[in-house]
Amino acid sequence: MPRPTPQSTVRVVTLRIDDRDLSAREDETLIEVCREHQIPIPSLCQLDGLSVWGGCRLCMVEIAGQGRLVAACSTRVAEGMVVQTDTERLRHYRRTIVELLFAERNHVCAVCVSNGHCELQTLAQRCGVDHVRLPYRQVPYPVDSSHEMFRLDHNRCILCTRCVRVCDEIEGAHTWDIMGRGSDCRVITDLARPWGESDTCTRCGKCVQVCPTGALVKQGTSAGEMVKDQHFLPILARRRQAR
Amino acid sequence: MSTPAPKLTVATAWLDGCSGCHMSFLDLDERLMTLVEQVEIVYSPLVDAKTLPAQVDVGILEGSISSEDDLEKARLFRERCAVLISLGDCAVTGNVPAMRNHFKLSEVLDRAYRENVTLQPQIPTRAVPALLTPVKPVHGVVAVDVFIPGCPPSAETIWSILSDVIAGRVPDVSAVTRFGA
Ligand code: SF4
Ligand code: SF4
Ligand code: SF4
Ligand code: FES
Repeated sequence: MPRPTPQSTVRVVTLRIDDRDLSAREDETLIEVCREHQIPIPSLCQLDGLSVWGGCRLCMVEIAGQGRLVAACSTRVAEGMVVQTDTERLRHYRRTIVELLFAERNHVCAVCVSNGHCELQTLAQRCGVDHVRLPYRQVPYPVDSSHEMFRLDHNRCILCTRCVRVCDEIEGAHTWDIMGRGSDCRVITDLARPWGESDTCTRCGKCVQVCPTGALVKQGTSAGEMVKDQHFLPILARRRQAR
Repeated sequence: MSTPAPKLTVATAWLDGCSGCHMSFLDLDERLMTLVEQVEIVYSPLVDAKTLPAQVDVGILEGSISSEDDLEKARLFRERCAVLISLGDCAVTGNVPAMRNHFKLSEVLDRAYRENVTLQPQIPTRAVPALLTPVKPVHGVVAVDVFIPGCPPSAETIWSILSDVIAGRVPDVSAVTRFGA
C-alpha cells in the first residue's frame, strides 16, 4: 500500500474504537488513528516513515460485522467502522505470535546486546508472555560479522523487513532483500554475499537503528549495550516526501 | 496460649543454573525474617534438610533441565509440591545452559574437559549424572504453575510474586519482570 499523500480535500469520517467516538481523515490507517488517541496497539513491522508491510500481524484488531481480523497498520478508516483493539481473542493471538517468534530462532535475552532495549522483549512483557508454551526449535542460524561497523545475527531476526525498507526507501541504497521461504527465510545483503563485501551499502547505519531486535547491531557492543535511535526517520521521511 | 496458624512449607532446588537466583532470594535481606514468620523452608540448598518431604505447599526450581538428576528432581518436585514455580530465565527459557543445544554433546564435553585442560584431561563419568540433550526449560518436562523470568529476577520481583503466591493470589508476573531482566 502506498503511503497516504496529503490532500487538500480530504474528508473526515467518524468511527468507534473501543467504545470511543472518534473522527479521522479518510486517508488514515487504523493504527495512525489509534496512536493519535493513545490507544495502544502492539506492532513490530510498522514504523512511522516507512511503507506499510503488514507482515507481523501483531496489530490485528476486530471490526464489527467482519469475522476475520484485520491488521490495523494496513487498514484504512471508514465511515461508521466499529473497532475493538483489546479483546480476549486478540490478546490470545498476540501472545501466541510473540511466543512463535521466540520459539522459531534463538533469543537469549540475558546475554543479548539488545537486552533492555529491544522491542520484541518489551512486547513480550506487554503481552504477558512470561514463558513460551511451544517447544523451542533449537536450530542455529549464522552470524555475519564481515562488515567493519555492523553485525547481523540471524538468530535474533524476526523478518520484519524494516531494514529492507529503510535502506531502499530512505537511504536509497537497496542493499537488503529477503531470500528463501519458511524457516529458511532470511534477510540478505546484495546477492546473498557477506555484508562486508557489499558494493551498495553506504554504511549509513539506518538499518541498524530501525531494527527492532538485536539482529542488527554495531560492532563492539556487548550484552545490553546496543541502544537504538530512530528519531531521524520521521524527519527524513517527511523531507523525502516533500521533494 | 493460642497455637499459631500452620506455616506454608516451601522447598527450593538448584538445577542447571549459576545459583544467581538463590542469591537473589537471599537479597531479600531483612524481609527474610518476615518470610520465615509465614513459611517454613523444608528443603533447599539454603537449609540442612537432605530429603524432600512427601507434601510441600510451594516448590521453587532454579535452572534448566540439563541432566538426569535435574529431570529426576523436577519430577519429584512436581509430584510433591502443590504449586510449582520456575525461578529465573534458565528455568523459564533454558537461557545460557540451553546454548549448548547448538553443538553435539561430545563437542561440548571435549571443549570443557579436554581442550581447555592441561593437567590430566578426562571426561568425568563416575558419580556425576549423565547430561541430556536437548537442554529444556522446566515446563518442557513437567507442568509449572508460576513463571518468574529474569537473570536473575530481582529480590523485589521475588518478594512481590512470592507474597502473591503465599496469599493465594494469581501474580501479575509481567508487571514486575521480563526475559533478561
Ligand atoms: S533480540 Fe530482544 S528478545 Fe531476542 S534475545 Fe535479544 S533482547 Fe531478547
Ligand atoms: S534484521 Fe532486524 S530489521 Fe531486518 S528483518 Fe531482521 S529483525 Fe527486521
Ligand atoms: S537465570 Fe541467570 S542467574 Fe539464574 S541461574 Fe540462570 S543464569 Fe544464573
Ligand atoms: S504492525 Fe501491522 S502487521 Fe506488523
